[in-house]
This record gives sequence, C-alpha cells and structure tokens, in this order.
Amino acid sequence: MTEPVVASGVASFAWLLLALPAFGAAVLLVSGRRADKWGHLLGSATLLASFGYALALFFSTLGVSDPEGRVQNLHLWDWIDVNALTVEFGLRIDPLSLTFVLLITGVGSLIHIYSIGYMAHEEGRRKFFAYLNLFVSAMLLLVLGNGFVTLYFGWEGVGLASYLLIGWYQYKPEAASAAKKAFLMNRVGDLGLAIAIFLMFNKLGTTQYTEVFSRVSEFSSAEVLAITLLLLLGACGKSGQFPLQAWLPDAMAGPTPVSALIHAATMVTAGVYLIARSNPLYNLSEDGRLVVMIIGAVTLLIGCIIGCAYDDFKKVLAYSTVSQIGYMILAVGLGPIGYALGIMHLLTHGFFKAGLFLGAGSVMHGMNDEGNIRRMGGLYKFLPITFVTWTLGYLALIGIPPFAGYFSKDAIIAAAFTGEGWRPYVFGGVALLGAALTAFYMTRLLILVFLGKPRWKELKSEDGREYHPHESPLTMTVPMIILAVGSIGGGWFLSSGGRLAGWLEPSLGELKEEHGVISHGMVGILTVVLALLGAGLAFLLFGRRKQPVERPARVAWPVRAARADLYGNALNEALFARPGTWLTRALVFLDLKGVDGAVNGTAALLGGSSGRLRRLQTGFVRSYALSMLLGSIFVLGALLVVRFS
Amino acid sequence: MTWVLIALLVVPLVGALVVAFLRKDDKKAKLVALAFSLVELVLAGLLWFAYDPDGDRIQLASGVDWIPAFGVRLQFGIDGIALVMIAVIALLIPLVIGAGWTEKLPAGRSQGGYLSLILIQEAVTVGVFAATDVFLFYVLFEVMLIPMYFLIGGYGGARRQYAAVKFFLYSFLGGLIMLASAIGAYAMASDELGKGTFDWATLVKVVSDADSTTQTWLFLGFFLAFAIKAPLVPFHTWLPDAAAEAPIGVTVIVVGILDKVGTFGMLRYLLPMFPEASKNLAPYVLVLAVAGVLYGSLLATGQRDMKRFLAYVSIAHFGFIALGIFSFTSQAGVGSVSYMLNHSISTGMLILVVGMVIARGGSSLISDYGGMSKVAPLLSGMLLLAGLTTLSLPGTNSFVSEFLVLIGSFPTRPVFTIIATVGMVLAALYVLWLYQRIMTGPLRGDALIGAAAGQRSDSPSGSVGTLEKKTAIGDLSKREIAVLAPLVVIVLALGFYPQPVLDVITPTVGATLTEVGVTDPVTVQEGK
Repeated sequence: MTEPVVASGVASFAWLLLALPAFGAAVLLVSGRRADKWGHLLGSATLLASFGYALALFFSTLGVSDPEGRVQNLHLWDWIDVNALTVEFGLRIDPLSLTFVLLITGVGSLIHIYSIGYMAHEEGRRKFFAYLNLFVSAMLLLVLGNGFVTLYFGWEGVGLASYLLIGWYQYKPEAASAAKKAFLMNRVGDLGLAIAIFLMFNKLGTTQYTEVFSRVSEFSSAEVLAITLLLLLGACGKSGQFPLQAWLPDAMAGPTPVSALIHAATMVTAGVYLIARSNPLYNLSEDGRLVVMIIGAVTLLIGCIIGCAYDDFKKVLAYSTVSQIGYMILAVGLGPIGYALGIMHLLTHGFFKAGLFLGAGSVMHGMNDEGNIRRMGGLYKFLPITFVTWTLGYLALIGIPPFAGYFSKDAIIAAAFTGEGWRPYVFGGVALLGAALTAFYMTRLLILVFLGKPRWKELKSEDGREYHPHESPLTMTVPMIILAVGSIGGGWFLSSGGRLAGWLEPSLGELKEEHGVISHGMVGILTVVLALLGAGLAFLLFGRRKQPVERPARVAWPVRAARADLYGNALNEALFARPGTWLTRALVFLDLKGVDGAVNGTAALLGGSSGRLRRLQTGFVRSYALSMLLGSIFVLGALLVVRFS
Repeated sequence: MTWVLIALLVVPLVGALVVAFLRKDDKKAKLVALAFSLVELVLAGLLWFAYDPDGDRIQLASGVDWIPAFGVRLQFGIDGIALVMIAVIALLIPLVIGAGWTEKLPAGRSQGGYLSLILIQEAVTVGVFAATDVFLFYVLFEVMLIPMYFLIGGYGGARRQYAAVKFFLYSFLGGLIMLASAIGAYAMASDELGKGTFDWATLVKVVSDADSTTQTWLFLGFFLAFAIKAPLVPFHTWLPDAAAEAPIGVTVIVVGILDKVGTFGMLRYLLPMFPEASKNLAPYVLVLAVAGVLYGSLLATGQRDMKRFLAYVSIAHFGFIALGIFSFTSQAGVGSVSYMLNHSISTGMLILVVGMVIARGGSSLISDYGGMSKVAPLLSGMLLLAGLTTLSLPGTNSFVSEFLVLIGSFPTRPVFTIIATVGMVLAALYVLWLYQRIMTGPLRGDALIGAAAGQRSDSPSGSVGTLEKKTAIGDLSKREIAVLAPLVVIVLALGFYPQPVLDVITPTVGATLTEVGVTDPVTVQEGK
C-alpha cells in the first residue's frame, strides 16, 4: 500500500473538482425561475470546468515519474473531532480516484450537453441541471474522499441525487414510488457500510483510509471477514446486486440522461469502487472474496435472464447494467488478479452503456416517449446516427473484438477460470454463459428496435398521437458519437501493454496473473463463439418472424419467471413489506389501546376513572400535597428499609 | 458577564408583562413580542461568547438564598450542555412567533395573551436549564407546565382539554416522584454534612458516594420524571396528544424544546449524582431507548395525522439520544447533546413546514393532501430538506449527531447500536413516505381540491390537471421564507462544520463521564 504524500501544486486545488458543480447547483436552486434561461448553460459550464481541471490534474499526476508520488492527500478541515475520533474532511488524489474523476466529469459533461436537448421542453429544466450537478459533486466526494466517512457522505449524497432524479416526473405515482424504493434499498445497504465503519473505529480508533489500510493486520480474521461482508452489503445496495437489485430497473422511471449517467455509468458502479478501494482488507479474507464472487456471479446471471424477457427498452438495459456490474463484482472478488480488470470493465462499460442509454433516449425522444420495444421496429432508417452509434455500443457490450467490451470482459472471464477445485469451473462457466445470454438479449433488442418491420406505423401513442420518428438534434447526437468512439477504441487502448493496470498499481497493487484451467486464448475464442451463438439464436427467434405488438401471454415458465423479475419483488413484498405493514398496524392499534390504555387504566385505578382524573384539577392543591406526601413517604420508607437492613 | 444569564431569565418575563397589556392590539403585541425574543437571541449570542469551553464545570454562576431553613437557593449557572439548549430556545422562539404571525387563534383569544404565555414559557425553560439548585430545578420543572397547560388547553384543537390535562398529569406526577428523590438526597446531605442543602455540586459529591441500593432508589425517582419528559417508551403517550392538539408554534416548543429537559436531566442529574446506579441500570434504560427507536419509527410510519407523526418521529429520536447518554463514551455523549440541539433545529423546522402545509389546507390529515409540489414547489422543497435532516442525511446537522451516537455507542454496546442502526432505514421510510403522500403524484386530497372548488369535494380522486389553476393554495410567502431561511443555513452549516458546537459540548460531556467514573474504550492513538 502506497502511503500518500501531502498534496501540492495542481493537486492542492483538487477541492475545486467538487466545489464547481456544487456551486452551480447552489446558484441554480437559489435563483429560481430567473435561472430558466441560462441554468442549463451554467450547469454544463461548471461541470466542463471541473472536467478541464481534472484533465490538468491527471496529466500533472502522470508527469510524476515515481509512482509512489502519485498518491496524494489533501486535508481540507477536521469535520468531526471528538477526543479519539477524528473524521477528516479531505481528499485522496491517487490513480484510482483520478480514473473515476475523469469518468464522472467526462461522461457527466457529455450527458449534461445531451440533456440540454433532451430536456429542452421540460418545465423547470434548471432544477434538473441543479440536481445533476449535485449528483456529480456528491459522486466526486464519494471517490475522492480520504476516509470511509467522507465516502459515506458522498455515498448518501448520490443516493439523494438519485432519489430526486428518479422522481423527476413526480406527478407520476410510479416515479415517486420508484424513487423512494431506490433510496430505501440503498439505505439497507448503507446499514452495512455504517456498521463496518463502527467496527473500524472500535478496533483502530480511526476511519481514514491511510491509517486503516496501514494497520489492517491488527484486525482478527473474523473482524476482517465481518468488515468485508458488511462493505459488500453496502456495495450490493448501491450497485443493484443480489439481493438488493430490485430498485435499479424501477429507477428507469427517471429521465433517460439520468439513467445513462447515474444508473449505468457512474453511481451504480460505486460498489465496485468501494471493494477495489478496500483492497487491503479484501486481500486478507479469502472467504470474504468468495462471497463477493458468488454475489457477482449470481447477479450477472439474474440480470441476463430477466433482461431476455422484458419489453421495455430502458429496463432491458437496466438489467443489462445489473448483470455487467455483476461481472465487475466478480472481478474484484477475484482479488489481486481481478481488481484492475473490474475497474477496466467499469470504464469501458461506463462508455458503451452510457452510449446505449443515450441512444435509447434518442429513440424515445423521436417516438413520443414510447419505451415499449414491441411498438418499434425498422427505426434504422429514421434515426441513422442513433442506429450507428447504438450498434457500436451493442458490439462493445456483447464483446465482439475489437470493440471495447471484448477486451475488458474477456479478461474477467479468463481470470474467473483460475483457482482451485470447483471454483474456476463454476465461476468461469457462469461468466461464459453470461456472455452468451448478453448477446442474446441485446440482439433481440437491436432487432426489435432498429431492424424488422416498422410495427409503429398503424399504432398511436398513449396520448393519441401518431408516431413520427426523427433523428435528434446535435446536442444529443454529438455526445452519442463521442461515446461510440470510446466504445470502439477504449478497450484496446486501456488494456494494451497493461496500461490501465500499471497506472492503477499505486492504488490497487500489482495486477497478478495466474494460469487458468483453460488458456486465455481459448477463453477468448469461446467468448466470441458463444456471443455469436447467442446473437444467432436471437436472430433466428426474432429476426425471421413477424413480432406481435402485444406480448404473448402464453409463455413457458422460465419466461414467466423472468417477467416477474425472478420473483425478487414478490420475495421482498412477502418478507419485508407485508409483515412490516401488519406490524405497524398492530403497533398503532396497541399504542392507542394498549400502552395508552394501560396508562389511563392505571390512572383510573389510582384516582378513579380518567374522567374523574380530569376533574381532579379542581382539587389540585390538596392532591398535590397528598401525592407529594405519599411519594415522599414511599421513597423515604424505602431508604430507611435499605439503610437498616 | 454573569448578568447575561440573569438577563436571559428576566428579559422574556418583562416582555411577557408588556405584551400582556397589549391584548387589544394584536399587531403591536406581535411586534413587541418579536422584539423581546430577538433581544433574547442577542443575549444568547453573548452568552455563547462569555462561556469558556475549557473553564469551570459550572460557569457564570450566581445566586441568593431563597428558603434558608432548608438550604434552598435561587442559584443559576451553565455548563456546555445548558448553554447549547438555552441558545436553541432563544433561536426558535422568534421563529415560532414569525411562523404564527397570521395564525387565527380560537374565538375570544388574543395574540397578547398567547405571546405572553410563550415568553413566560421561554423564561421558565431557560431557568430549568440554568438552575444549579436541585430544589429550584424541581420547582421550575413543575412551573414549566403551567404556561404550557394554558397554551395547549387555551389555544389548541378540538381535544385540547384532554391533551392539556394528560400532559399536565403525566409530567406533574413524574415531577412529584422526583421531588421525593430530591428530598432523599437532601436528607443524605444533612446526615453527612450536618446541614441540609440542595446545591447541585454538593449533592453530587455526597450522593455519588452512597451505596448502590440507595442510589438505585433515588435514581428511579429522577429517572421516571425524565423518562416521561423525554419521553421514552412506554411513558410517551402524552406527547402525540399534546403535539396533535397544540397550535403549531406550541408544538415546536413541546416537541422541540421542552422534552429536552428530560435528556438534559439525565446528563446533569442522573449520571453525576448516581454513577453506580446509572451504570447498573444502563442496560434497562438502553432497552427502552432502542425499543423507542424502533417503536417510534414504526408508529410514525403508521400515522394518519401529520402532527402525531411528528411526535412519534421525536420519540424515535429520543431513543437515539438515550442510547448515546447511557453508552458512557465521550463520542456517544457528545453525539447525544448535539442530537438534542440538532433535533430542536431539524424537528423544529419540520414542524414549522408541516404547519405551513396545514395552514394552507386546514387539515392535519395526511390523506387530505397530495401532489402539492405542483402548486407549492418551494414549500415542497422545504419539506424535503426538513425531512432529509430528520433522516440524518450527511451534509445536514443531524447526521453528525446520529453518527456520533452510533459510532460512540458501538464500542461499549454493539448489539444495541446495531439494532438502533436499523432505525436509519426506518427513518428513510417514514420521511419519504410522508413526502410522497403529501407532495408527489397528481394534485388530490380534500384539503387541496376543496380549496380549489371553494368547498370540500366528495370524491378526492376527481379529474386533475385543471385544478391547479383554480386552487387557492399558494407557495411560500416572504414571511415564511424569512422564518425558514435561518434554519436552512444552520442545518447546512452545522452539517459541514459542526466543530464549534462540538468543542463547547465535549468538555462538559467529558466532565460528566469523569463523574460517572468511566473512560473511553477507544483512546487516542499514538502519533496522532
């Protein structure tokens, strides 16, 4: 673990990264309607400035030839300081956090620009930009904070921004419910994060990264296991991992740029960041890492399976995100052979998934906000730029070389095939199966949306308008084009010569390589072949037949189960929501009849009925004296008994 | 600077007297009352600077004999905890007066009478926190009930008589039992010193040496009074009634300030005077505390009435405060005291905002509202912010206190802490659910749509969309913004930079823990 040096030079202004978007948010929120005309410009400008500064910071750090000097600590102020507990408000500027800073501000800037066009007709667009800026600021605190409590601050902050943005169309009851659900399920995860922080303080008296990581050896193995599992719970909440995955698809009720930025590229990957950041802890616990891998593997399958059955454009992409983050969690669960791979997939995914979402937004923007892919078809003619950029993202996601996803996903699958006993076969096998399923559902999406017969021609949208699909304005297409370029070359660029892994070394340690039970070259071939098989199967099923506009009601049980989110919501409902509701009702009843009744009843016993008690106030002085006397006699009597016994 | 503390006691009383003569002229009464409360606020600011955090245990002390035969003195002084509480009272009273500026009082009642009672309440409450004579504390503890009894009973809602009497009897009964304990302590002092006294510092020395059985009995007497006041489950049932029936400003005082006397009493009287009993009985108190967190949260979720909702939220929060007090670590203790301050600010803000909602719709039933953010976006934002500080979001003041309570309790009481942490999730549930029901979705509810049509509609789910043009519900007025703006600033300022407050509290909490005879399990690491 590299010890940080005190931040100097460019890095001593790193607080500007957070402060600029936060300033933008504050101005937009306080100005009110006055900001309607320029709010979106201010929001985008502050973020672009932040991005510009991030680039300067990145290159100045890259210019430090000694990798040891690339980890810097910037102390801002003591946030909470009570005797042994000192929580610093400070930033840790190192390769890992800088990588995230570039992703967040870079993709964030693109999505801000896209939103100018996408949200042009929305009332209160300024508020939308204020929330987006708030999000970026909190997300930057999450990745830059130099301790677990500052991370927690950012962690809850992005939760709030996510809540506000999912609930953006808050006149729709389902948007308000989805927002609340997201916040609640996140808080369940936060519980784990909070208790992990308590454990660290209890043992070490500190929650700052530098001290915790340099003293991990003081923890017993049980404590390390507990902390790693609790942090994993936090990661599951934020990153939509099993068993806390159900909020993420619902979160698609928010505007599409939000889905792209928060629920695909950045916030939902915070769990991966948390585990990678805590690598000194995870390195010590094989069992902890095994649980991480199991969660990742289970989630990646759940995401793929459900993704095959949905007809909502954004929800399919959302489950795809769930599943891809499953890959990342699986990767970081592999430990030193996987941390950097997880981060690499996170970066390439950030690009192509943001691009895919923006493409979906562009399609919906041109289709009267229609999200049902069964009501689309043949759109390639009408939205050519969207079609091309989306297809590039698609190829990247399903892992066809030389597109970005191939490099990052193939590396994870190959790493999953390492280890002893049953593990490589199970985890490697699941990862391969996931690749095939991913290709299947994504190809289905491609065919139903862009290819085939235009099924929308004889239909009308819910508000009674006819569909007139059209290409989106430049503010929307340019960000899509830039992201598509990243989807083409990003994977090769980051992986060639171990470029990313080498850069991340001061934060994550050296990327170890192990030989798997199947050779890396073989895995590469298998991945591509399975992806092609999955795509081919989808083509056979959906490309050659005319697809019905209504989804078929009579389907086999796997499809029914997938349509019902593999009963995840039903389980939550049965385990928590319903018992909770009943318990609450019972307690409300008890509180009125029981506790209050008991008290009133006791009062009645002592002084007649409660009605008579009310009348007591007339004889108030007498009863005062009487009670005082009785009470005093009682206590003094007790004292005497105690003294003389 | 001793005069500042005395002035803080006298100024509101003078104000009350002056305002009482202005019962004919409501406008003038309001202006004069506001002026006096602002003077009080300035005095509280002076008090803050006069207090030296690293100075004596009790500062700015002064006193005269009152009943020499029993050694009773009128003596006052403050420690860090009392200082913080006095400051927050002085802060909230002007806001309460501002928020109630246009409130309609029941027929036949004048603003002069109402505000006069509020100012008396302020003076007496400051006195409770400043008293350093145990008998004086008891007297003020009971006197505090009188203006409140008239405020609830005279200016409240439909069941105000019931609520006022219930409030009075509960607190009064608790107080009497406390008096018995106080007399017990007095008797011990006269045995030991040959001369009875109620002086707090002397009693601490005498009683804290007593054997643990004696301590236990005396502890229980005080504890019951404080547990009712705070309130801890199952002594809480007076609070929802009082909160629901009181006019909104009075609800702020009851929920935001008065019940802090209970937790203040635990810190000032229970812990130092009965250290052995406090340690022995801590597990039982912690059970009540943690039960309160879960019970209050679940009941808050199940409430139909906004004001009762506020009461149960507070019951949950008092569970956290008691958890921190009886975990006996400096972080948890400082957390509890800052929680007392922050609860006053956050819950005060939440109550004021809810009051603004009720003032618009004329109903405190949650189901009478819906989709209000469409017609009152600023009000909606304020409700959300007040809600977020109530659920302790980082960046707001309450996070600091809740975090300190939990991280401080964990080393000594891990199981209780983990159970209480579940309260965090429940807090998100009850806050966001309230917000969702009142503010989001289509415009609906009798209170809003009734206002639109000029009368109550029969079907609350009638056609929507055109209604917002007709509804008489408006967004925040300039006066309301002026009331809420200082709270918004304080909520955020103390969220990002709480250290000035923590620095005032920490030494007093440290002294209290020394009096209990415990040391922190987690100590400062070498090289720090």
